[in-house]
Amino acid sequence: MEAEREVLDVLARNAREDIEDIAAQTGLDAERVEEAIASLEADGVVHGYQAVVDWDRTEEGKIRAIVEINVELDRETGYEQVADRIAKFPAVDALHLVSGDYDFAVEVLGGSMNDVSRFISEQVAPMPEVTQTVTHYIMETYKDGGVRFADGDDDDRLSVSP
Amino acid sequence: MRTADRARELPESGIRKFFELAEARDDVISLGVGEPDFSAPWAARNAAIGGLERGRTSYTANRGTAELREAIAAHHERYDQSYDPGEEVLVTTGASEAVDLAFRTLVDPGDVVAIHEPSYISYAPGVELAGGEPLSVPTRAADDFALTPERLEAAGAAEADLLVLCYPNNPTGATMTDEQLAEVAAFCRENDLRVVADEIYSALTYGADHASIATQPGMRERTIVVNGFSKAYAMTGLRLGYALGPADAIDAMNRIHQYTMLSAPTTAQIAALEALRSCDDEVTEMVEEYNRRRRLVVSRFNAMGLDTFEPGGAFYAFPECGGDDEAFAEALLEAEGVAVVPGSVFGAGGEGHLRVSYATSMRELKEATDRIARFLAERD
Repeated sequence: MEAEREVLDVLARNAREDIEDIAAQTGLDAERVEEAIASLEADGVVHGYQAVVDWDRTEEGKIRAIVEINVELDRETGYEQVADRIAKFPAVDALHLVSGDYDFAVEVLGGSMNDVSRFISEQVAPMPEVTQTVTHYIMETYKDGGVRFADGDDDDRLSVSP
Repeated sequence: MRTADRARELPESGIRKFFELAEARDDVISLGVGEPDFSAPWAARNAAIGGLERGRTSYTANRGTAELREAIAAHHERYDQSYDPGEEVLVTTGASEAVDLAFRTLVDPGDVVAIHEPSYISYAPGVELAGGEPLSVPTRAADDFALTPERLEAAGAAEADLLVLCYPNNPTGATMTDEQLAEVAAFCRENDLRVVADEIYSALTYGADHASIATQPGMRERTIVVNGFSKAYAMTGLRLGYALGPADAIDAMNRIHQYTMLSAPTTAQIAALEALRSCDDEVTEMVEEYNRRRRLVVSRFNAMGLDTFEPGGAFYAFPECGGDDEAFAEALLEAEGVAVVPGSVFGAGGEGHLRVSYATSMRELKEATDRIARFLAERD
């Protein structure tokens, strides 16, 4: 598992690293790296590979919102069943069961605030288990997926030093 | 204005030329930087800010605050080093001041100071400023740049008064094991050499734990250990270091310190105390990241035909470039905009090598090594 962990550390920083570079960074041979990645994927540790996107910099932009959802469960319906229904909507980017004042934290992506509002009011709120939703529109993203959204890498060190 | 001979005659650092060449261009990827590319852990910075907010801007005790000296002494137990925070620890303005104080305290005019090379550029000038005579002890790539009794003997170090030891080493990244240090310690005991052990990179080792000559039998009483916060905690600009050693030597160092620096910067001492108390995880993360970069850089250099031994510490690789390292570094900077430091700048044994710092982002390391590979391909 040590090899898998080392490969995972590299992939978590940059999923686009090629096999040779992962091998170099971890000290493993390329074949072992490929085995480790296959094992991580098969075990469901790695579910996919995505870019960390600053949508505000794209031409059309995207609206993101964090939606708090409270639900009421009955004998037949648990969190798993409710989550399964909510997760099926393509607009739902992430879905977490959380502790605290509400049950689910949902990240929603839409083309406009109107899209997101309509999705919540027409698709999510009417679900029989849902008792309340609170929508927080994301005004600005400063960091996502561990990546700081900032202009360039400021390096104020001297170019050559002892 | 007339200036003193000893100041006028100090040679200019070989690094300065490459600094000026690199500064003249705006497209340079620099692998010539001898400091971390991380910022100091936020908790340490926040503690410093809090200290300023509370008006903690006065001098501290000459030796440093009692809390910090206690924390330093406790911290060094991880290296099996045991020092009394009251009498055997001195907090200084950077490890550089600690080295300078050690030389001025231990060196009488005419004393010979053996310095293994390649090594950090300030030792020989520091010895000269203290009135001593530097003696170069070259180490070799064939020995992985470890110091051996044979190399000491061959250089005439048996006649020396003091030995400067710097492992993990700048610029080679070499480390020494307890077994190797035991042989050097035996040489020091036999020939009555005292030691200044600059262990500023002690936290940055890969694989094996740091070994200190001060823990060898009979060496604690003849060794000043120098360390600091610049490298492990990415606090270079806060200028905080310290010396550990026998009470009489530390007391003598403190006598010079109290007339020159008075005390190390108070804000930096506050940051350092917090760093020791709560920032181990950040250090571990930095070391893990350096380790990934180290492996990538060494692997790429070896693949492109620049033989590079595996550095065990610090954040430098020291590939062989063959031939004139200064000419190679200048041509590389000119052709591809990659700044490295010629190995010969660091003294005997460094010729034909380049110091490559991997304290820069993975993205830049990949780009820089791609450019070096292209430079080599087009040169052939």
